[in-house]
Amino acid sequence: MSVIEVSHLTKYYGKARGIIDVSFNVEEGEIYGFIGPNGAGKSTTIRLFLSLIYPSSGQAKIFGKDCIQFGPEIRQEIGYLPSEVFYYEGMKVLDLLKYSASFYKKDSTERMLDLADTMELDLKRRIDDLSYGNKKKVAIVQGLLHQPKLIILDEPTSGLDPLMQKKFFNLIKEENQRGATVFFSSHILSEVQRICNRVAIIKEGSIINIQDIKSLQKDNYKKIRVTAKNLEANSFSLPGINNLQQENNTLNFFYKGDLNMILKAISAYDILDLSIEEPTLEEIFMHYYE
Amino acid sequence: MNIYKKELAMKFKSVASWVNPIFILMLAFMSLYPSFSAEASLLDEALANMPPELLAAFGMTGIDLSTVAGYVGFIFLFVQICLAIQASNYGFGLVSIEERELTADFLLAKPVSRTQIMTGKLLAALTALTITNLAVWASTLLVINLFNAGNEYQTGSFIILLLSILPFQLFFLAVGLLISLLVKRVRSVTPLSMALAFGMYLLVAFGGMLGKDSLELISPFRHFDSNYILSHSAFETPLVVINIAVSVLALVGSYILYKRRNIRSAN
Repeated sequence: MSVIEVSHLTKYYGKARGIIDVSFNVEEGEIYGFIGPNGAGKSTTIRLFLSLIYPSSGQAKIFGKDCIQFGPEIRQEIGYLPSEVFYYEGMKVLDLLKYSASFYKKDSTERMLDLADTMELDLKRRIDDLSYGNKKKVAIVQGLLHQPKLIILDEPTSGLDPLMQKKFFNLIKEENQRGATVFFSSHILSEVQRICNRVAIIKEGSIINIQDIKSLQKDNYKKIRVTAKNLEANSFSLPGINNLQQENNTLNFFYKGDLNMILKAISAYDILDLSIEEPTLEEIFMHYYE
Repeated sequence: MNIYKKELAMKFKSVASWVNPIFILMLAFMSLYPSFSAEASLLDEALANMPPELLAAFGMTGIDLSTVAGYVGFIFLFVQICLAIQASNYGFGLVSIEERELTADFLLAKPVSRTQIMTGKLLAALTALTITNLAVWASTLLVINLFNAGNEYQTGSFIILLLSILPFQLFFLAVGLLISLLVKRVRSVTPLSMALAFGMYLLVAFGGMLGKDSLELISPFRHFDSNYILSHSAFETPLVVINIAVSVLALVGSYILYKRRNIRSAN
């Protein structure tokens, strides 16, 4: 069963582009990545799911029901972590979490305390006084405390230290194993690769690719930089090499294919320096999707 | 219900911050009344020498400051300005605060409809205004009782004046709310509230000075002119109808606009 069905969804803000003709499905139990640079339309798509904004045309359905018509009903089972942190002036963490829980039919007190404990959140403090990272934790707990069937994450890890990020990802994986579907928007490829099954790539408001994570990794270019004596660009004429650029004794290029082959070619030289990196998302967009 | 409770809890401080100064203002002005009335003839003479336009600007044409009703009618204008700013504040801030503080993403992602949100917030604001209202009733009746200098007055006409507070404030609440939903973003509430409250007051003041009364027909300061109410012991019914009609239309419009509103993210 599809938890999210998006068909020809389009949103313009006046004349400004939000998203154009976006269609995809998210299946039950998936962790679905939604990736693209800032301003590509990730938040717009999510805000349409939550009917924070209304589409110019097209439709989004969640749990088989129209997002706008059945908004309040659908949102009983959605947990949403907004990208920006928020606070009500003068409210304590516990008050906000209780307020959040009061919107749902079930009693979420126990789960709320559990989550706060896991995320090491001090319930007695005022939200205004918290650091950015701690506010983010408040957002995580309020989004998960009612054990939603669909979790929507909009750039959830910004502001969290690596240790907390790890805890957070474990939490999301647990929720997923419990049966929750996860929609994970991010501009960081590595964190999407780490956790997602499938990924949709959005650029300038349109979906340009939907792939399994495995095939994305297999297809992925590596960004390689070699510094060696007497380098000859011509000797790197392997298939899968792209965008080869030479600067004195240094070669920069992207490579897709068997890593053993390229390593053999490189090891023929007296290497001074070598780096093999994941290309940034922008580089993938620039070279991979040209 | 949970929205109502939370919104109301967040308004208590604000109510106190309006009620206290209003009480002090009335107490201070009214404590001067006994000496005023003792020298009534001097005062009337001074007023008679003032330019009629100035008197009109302060709504003092044809009133007698030596009587309790005349004096209270005069100071009630200042109370009305405070009440207008307070109600406008609540109106402009009612839903715009969520977008400013990024809490809209929190609240609107909950399983509630926009209508429920708006209703909860409106009821909380109305409760806060009612508490203010009761406090102004108590303050007014108390200061009149304390400082009437033995002069005669009709409690009935003061009751009618105090009854006007509710529709008076509802107007500013509703119109402020409507304006906040007509614009893309409300950056700061207070300047808008001041503009709306003083703007409405100035319509009446200039209307009085210029002798034109068409513009002032939209102003609650004219709808509930304290001197008129106190001297006639009655409302001007057609004006009250205008006032309530504008308020109701603004509320209906606000619901429609809020239901359709695109809540944009901060970035």
